[in-house]
Amino acid sequence: MKTHSSTGSRASTGFIAARSGYRVNTVGLVSASVVIFWALVALFAPYIAPHSAGEMIDLDYFGPMRPGLWLGSDYLGRDMLSRLIFGARYTVGISLAAVTIACFTGVVLGMTSAVLRGPVDMVVSRLLDALNSIPSKLFGLMVVAAVGSSIPVLILTLSVIYIPGAYRFSRALAVNIDTMDFIMVARIRGEKLPYLIWSEILPNIIGPVLADLGLRFVFIVLLLSGLSFLGLGVQPPFADWGALVRENIGGLPFAAPAVIVPSLAIATLTISVNLLIDNLPQKIRDRSAS
Amino acid sequence: MKSRVPSLIFGRLLIALVTLTIVSFAVFFATTLLPGDTATILLGQAATPEAIAGLRTAMHLDQPALLRFLYWIAGLFHGDFGTSYANNVPVATLISGRLANTLKLAGLTTLVSVPLALTLGITAAMWRRTLYDRIVTVATIGIISVPEFVVATLAVLVFAVYLKWLPALSFTYQVDSFAGLLRAYAMPVVTLTFVVSAQMIRMSRAAVIETLNTPYVEMALLKGASRPRLVLRHALPNALAPIANAVALSLSYLLGGVIIVETIFNYPGIAKLMVDAVSTRDLPLIQSCAMIFCFGYLLLITTADIVAILSNPRLR
Repeated sequence: MKTHSSTGSRASTGFIAARSGYRVNTVGLVSASVVIFWALVALFAPYIAPHSAGEMIDLDYFGPMRPGLWLGSDYLGRDMLSRLIFGARYTVGISLAAVTIACFTGVVLGMTSAVLRGPVDMVVSRLLDALNSIPSKLFGLMVVAAVGSSIPVLILTLSVIYIPGAYRFSRALAVNIDTMDFIMVARIRGEKLPYLIWSEILPNIIGPVLADLGLRFVFIVLLLSGLSFLGLGVQPPFADWGALVRENIGGLPFAAPAVIVPSLAIATLTISVNLLIDNLPQKIRDRSAS
Repeated sequence: MKSRVPSLIFGRLLIALVTLTIVSFAVFFATTLLPGDTATILLGQAATPEAIAGLRTAMHLDQPALLRFLYWIAGLFHGDFGTSYANNVPVATLISGRLANTLKLAGLTTLVSVPLALTLGITAAMWRRTLYDRIVTVATIGIISVPEFVVATLAVLVFAVYLKWLPALSFTYQVDSFAGLLRAYAMPVVTLTFVVSAQMIRMSRAAVIETLNTPYVEMALLKGASRPRLVLRHALPNALAPIANAVALSLSYLLGGVIIVETIFNYPGIAKLMVDAVSTRDLPLIQSCAMIFCFGYLLLITTADIVAILSNPRLR
């Protein structure tokens, strides 16, 4: 009902009705295809990269774009296209792992707090709020200073940083659902906590929770790239896109493609995830509101 | 009716204090749980066991962590931030000059970004659904979804490489003349302004639009008020609280921004000091910088909350 009224007013341009019954618009489709494109690049990196990531093939450094070296060469004369393709694995892979852990933990804690209420809710909320008041980059810096930087440490740190956000969001949604009659009925039936959160609450908040997961993925990509750019994220010989910008920053005065291309890669990924979420069909985004 | 404002503000301050305590606890223990004994690291491999034991006593390392935490907190209150491991200089001396530099950068950015962002945000809300509004919205989404260092690299490319207006590095120029000062600060301030403003524009636009959707504004419209009058006279006073909140929250983005901006432009501020301390594992320095950052962050967040409480007439 809500869906019809809201799309009816905006149905003027670019809407196509997908066979599933969901209405999708062009911006959403374009951004979805960019996201899928990067996912495929990350998945099939070894098959599509023309060279290995460490191979030096150009005698010149910061070479321009030309046939055979489609994105130019980096500060050591390595093929930028191959490095970018392998970099996608680190940026997308680490962020995806971190966002999965963060949202899973945050959402389970959030639903549990909403159902249990009382002291559990108080303590968990206060602690996570305190965690939230450490600026994210600072937290990352401190952990790297303490235990050094490796890929498992990065994944764990990034997920810990974004648990409070996921917790707050899902708790707010779950508290609304928790006041509904069917939850009351389930409680009276004597259902236990796991059943309540998995079978009664989660199905009702899953749409917004998934949209929130997408936004948090963007935050994580941004933070990971930022840390790598500072030299505290993914360590050589491996390089994600942030590290690629860092190692080629010397090419900035000559506007070398080696420094511009990874910046643009990050921008296309994050902007299209953001736009994709903004243009998700109302049916998915507003499921809890209906 | 008795005013609830003082008790609400007191509650906010109390929460901030509790949070600060938990945070300082976290900062201290995150950096002390390191593998390796500090005294052994400091004195090197050739140190005698007696020397190590002596240094451990002098640094209170032989006492339980909780006691050391209390010593550390007490030291902070007396302005004693400890001594840097890397060069054996009191942390306070290292920090003082750098902190002033960072505050200068942050202050300049605030002066530029707040008027700019509020003008853009409010006018975009005023002319909602026009081309102007669309351009502002798309540009802000673009800037928000991109890491700070990409904004910085693109700004350097445009202003320093193609247009050649500004130097690519900070402090390569003398800062004794006004023009020199302008050139030295321009790139970092421009970058930070982009990062901070985007958030502020979005939030202030949303706040004004929300008030514009209320029945009393519709009433004013029906009464025949002009569009600028509608926004500035009727909607804006009520949107002031969320806008002030947005300003304080957006300024907390400065913290993340300065870490990147100071590194990329080689600006001698406290964030650069901290990034360098991380690479040399200089713990007392990291702890102090982290505390300063968390304190600044909490200060801004708490200010945002208190402003929101103060400007809500229903609580007075």
